[in-house]
Amino acid sequence: MKVTFEINGAEKSVDVEPRTLVVDLIRTKLGMTGTHIGCDTSNCGACTVLLDGRPVKSCTLLAPMLEGKKVTTVEGLAAGGKLDAIQVGFHAEHGLQCGFCTPGMMLVGKALIEANPHPTEDEIRWGISGNICRCTGYMNIVKAIQHAAAANAAENTAGVA
Amino acid sequence: MAVDTTEAAAASEAARQAMGGIGVSLARKEDARFIHGQGHYVDDVVLPGMLHMVIVRSPHAHARIKGIHSSAAMAIPGVVAVVTGELLAQHKLAWMPTLSGDTQAVLATDKVRFQGQEVACVIAETKYIAEDAAQLVTVDYEPLQAITTPQQAIAPGAIVIRDEKEGQTDNKIYHWEAGDKDATDAAFARAAKVVSLETFYPRCHPSPLETCGCVADLDPVTGNATIYMTSQAPHAHRTLFAIVAGLPEEKIRIISPDLGGGFGNKVPIYPGYVVATAASLLIGRPVKWIEDRTDNLISTGFARDYYMDGSVAIDENGKFIGLRVNLLSDNGAFFADAQPSKFKAGLFHIVTGSYDIPAAHIVANGAYTNKAPGGVAYRCSFRVTEASYFIERLVESAAVELGQDPVTTRLNNFIQPEAFPYKSASGFEYDSGNYPGAMKVALDMLGYDELRKEQAEKRAKGELMGIGVASFTEVVGAGKGKDYDIAGLRMFDSAELRVHPTGKAILKLGVKSQGQGHETTFAQIVAEELGIPASDVEVREGDTDNTPFGLGTYASRSTPVGGAATAVVARKLRDKGKIIAAHLFEADVADIEFAKGKYNVKGSPDNVKTIQDIAFAAYTNIPDGIEPGLEGVTYYDPPNMTFPFGTYLVVVDIDKGTGQVKVRRMVAVDDCGVRINPMIVEGQIHGGLTEGFGIAFMELITFDDEGNCIGSNFMDYLIPTAWETPRFELGETVTPSPHHPIGAKGVGESATVGSPAAYVNAVIDALSHLGITNIDMPITSDKVWAALRSKGVTE
Repeated sequence: MKVTFEINGAEKSVDVEPRTLVVDLIRTKLGMTGTHIGCDTSNCGACTVLLDGRPVKSCTLLAPMLEGKKVTTVEGLAAGGKLDAIQVGFHAEHGLQCGFCTPGMMLVGKALIEANPHPTEDEIRWGISGNICRCTGYMNIVKAIQHAAAANAAENTAGVA
Repeated sequence: MAVDTTEAAAASEAARQAMGGIGVSLARKEDARFIHGQGHYVDDVVLPGMLHMVIVRSPHAHARIKGIHSSAAMAIPGVVAVVTGELLAQHKLAWMPTLSGDTQAVLATDKVRFQGQEVACVIAETKYIAEDAAQLVTVDYEPLQAITTPQQAIAPGAIVIRDEKEGQTDNKIYHWEAGDKDATDAAFARAAKVVSLETFYPRCHPSPLETCGCVADLDPVTGNATIYMTSQAPHAHRTLFAIVAGLPEEKIRIISPDLGGGFGNKVPIYPGYVVATAASLLIGRPVKWIEDRTDNLISTGFARDYYMDGSVAIDENGKFIGLRVNLLSDNGAFFADAQPSKFKAGLFHIVTGSYDIPAAHIVANGAYTNKAPGGVAYRCSFRVTEASYFIERLVESAAVELGQDPVTTRLNNFIQPEAFPYKSASGFEYDSGNYPGAMKVALDMLGYDELRKEQAEKRAKGELMGIGVASFTEVVGAGKGKDYDIAGLRMFDSAELRVHPTGKAILKLGVKSQGQGHETTFAQIVAEELGIPASDVEVREGDTDNTPFGLGTYASRSTPVGGAATAVVARKLRDKGKIIAAHLFEADVADIEFAKGKYNVKGSPDNVKTIQDIAFAAYTNIPDGIEPGLEGVTYYDPPNMTFPFGTYLVVVDIDKGTGQVKVRRMVAVDDCGVRINPMIVEGQIHGGLTEGFGIAFMELITFDDEGNCIGSNFMDYLIPTAWETPRFELGETVTPSPHHPIGAKGVGESATVGSPAAYVNAVIDALSHLGITNIDMPITSDKVWAALRSKGVTE
């Protein structure tokens, strides 16, 4: 069947089996391999993408569910060659090691600070608790998201001034 | 003047940061591709004509195979082949050797011996078709009684699991001893007190977020075999592939691309790799095999599963004088542990730990069970974790029995700083240490004495609070090669360094990062030794065609061995640079000095040639009789292991009503010698403390009586999220390794080795006054609740 949606700002119309998982559609059909598969049971969040701005686990969505929606993957973060604040934060705070959970973590973090620009540490920890990282112990992921939140706040302040 | 000094200091610091040498927390070079989603993992490899493989696994833990029917699967359009053990047997590939000198079924022919064992492989045009067809492969099984504990396995009359092995008449695998029995017996005979502990370190799983897999691409025309593979040890794997599959080694190229974590899980060779490779050879097309999470948890390298009991003999002054430990290991259906070949229970004999115990005797026995094979060291150097856990738990028991503060018991028995190098009763020579020093830093950071007061007040009110102490010592960085080998391959490692005419360098290593940040850390060693900025040093790993032979990354060996090789090869180039500098200066080589990337003639410090000048000259203006180029390779065989150590302190509060344990504080003071990139080191420690927390409180692979694996997905195998994970407070001391070229020790595993005992000791510290002396991991609320109720404690 044909499914039409927008991904990272570009409209796509693809022919897929209805049972195709969104993560497989993105990775295999569209060749965008930044979205990873870690568990197949929506526990680990490595496959997280944003669907109309909200984080979802793409291993547990079927392709037809994308119809008319907007998808953002890690490949869509650095718009126009400029790093998103969340990417800068993860690099600056050593928020990644093996990099496998990183795309999902960054997307969850980005959605979190868009909904709540000044999160507490507990709010961040709760917000990312649907995503597993085996390497970092989360300390620096929390700092990375705080780093991004602070950068966004500074930019907004600069804009007002 | 003051301003000038400050400015000079600032300039010097800026130069240090720009160089990115040892001690600089340089942001990671490898991050760029990962934050763009451009990491390149095995599952991202797509080749023209690539097929997909799915493994059909046994639902039974123990059963005889009566027949395998694949015609329904073959009838599905897009299915190319169904591979069975019978087919592999025709190519002598139905069985393969393990890393511990046993054999393992690639695909089962006679019997299945654990739930999840590989029985057949379906190869199809797409993964979806392969999954569909795998459901249609039917296998007739005759179920047999399953053995699920090593105690059952070694009981008289137990059904023999490995009945296909000639001469195997029971389920015993090995018997191994270390230390001196007579001296230990004598120590116990004169002991004023003997304290004992029996404990079980349950089976857990490294479960890196990326599962295992490969893409095997055998070119039928050239005979070239390129295997993209989740491998922590690509060179060793290539050699083993050559031996197992009979492929010519020079035609095999293993490429281990970005790895999504490893933690030991990607050390062994698994049946899936072998079948995908054989299938690619037979079919003539690339074959991809990627595990799903359940495949990973139920069939690949688990960790621990050690039953340990032992005693410490204590004299009238409270000094430890002897240690006895017995262990029984559950190795699953095939003895496939990854460990140096001489040592059947890995390096468990480090069990004397941080303590000066003059006599020790260790007896280890292993047993086959109907459980998955492949004991690997989940972020640990070959069973050091089990050893460290046992001794630190036993010392806690000793403190309770002696009526002492556990800190006092440790301080009374630590190996003293002046005693290094220290020869342990079980045969290790510890390189360096300052155990009281690390402990003092940890106690100060925690505010230990105040917390003990708070605990006393709380206890008076009936509240449960505990402070856990663990002072671990690890042994990491294998070899030396004479004593440590894997499947005969000596455990050295290698570095190849080429400085190009423009002064930019490429460093190629035999080790393989799984997220540890090698591209940054090893560039920093070159920066320190040669004065080429770390940003100008490109690090390459994981491609056997393009890196020197090495044994790979596990057991915290990259910095101790590969890091040493890097420093040594850089020094070789530095020395060659002196010859070139002498030529350029028209001076004697003996008069050339080098510091921070600059050469000068003695007495003329302001007239310098930079390493970049020298590199250019190496290709453009070389003295007569000297080989052009600035390139070298070092194979480094370490003279000894390194022995990192530290003190971890944990504060817990326990809810009497629910048994819930809340970790309030976690202070970790590590001494891993010289820290190359402190930020990366701390990141490693954070990760290890979290995995240790998971093991202590959440992670468990267990089995029911029929051998069904409980813990086969992330809903049952619980991994800590950010919500459960404690906030960590890190401290450090620095006691360099005297034999390592830059004084560094391994650190990647310290926190997983040292922390479980600290967490558990905290829980026991909160409960020991009630008469509760042990709770086996994972310490879940229900276990604590039951322990409290058994002592009559209610809400």
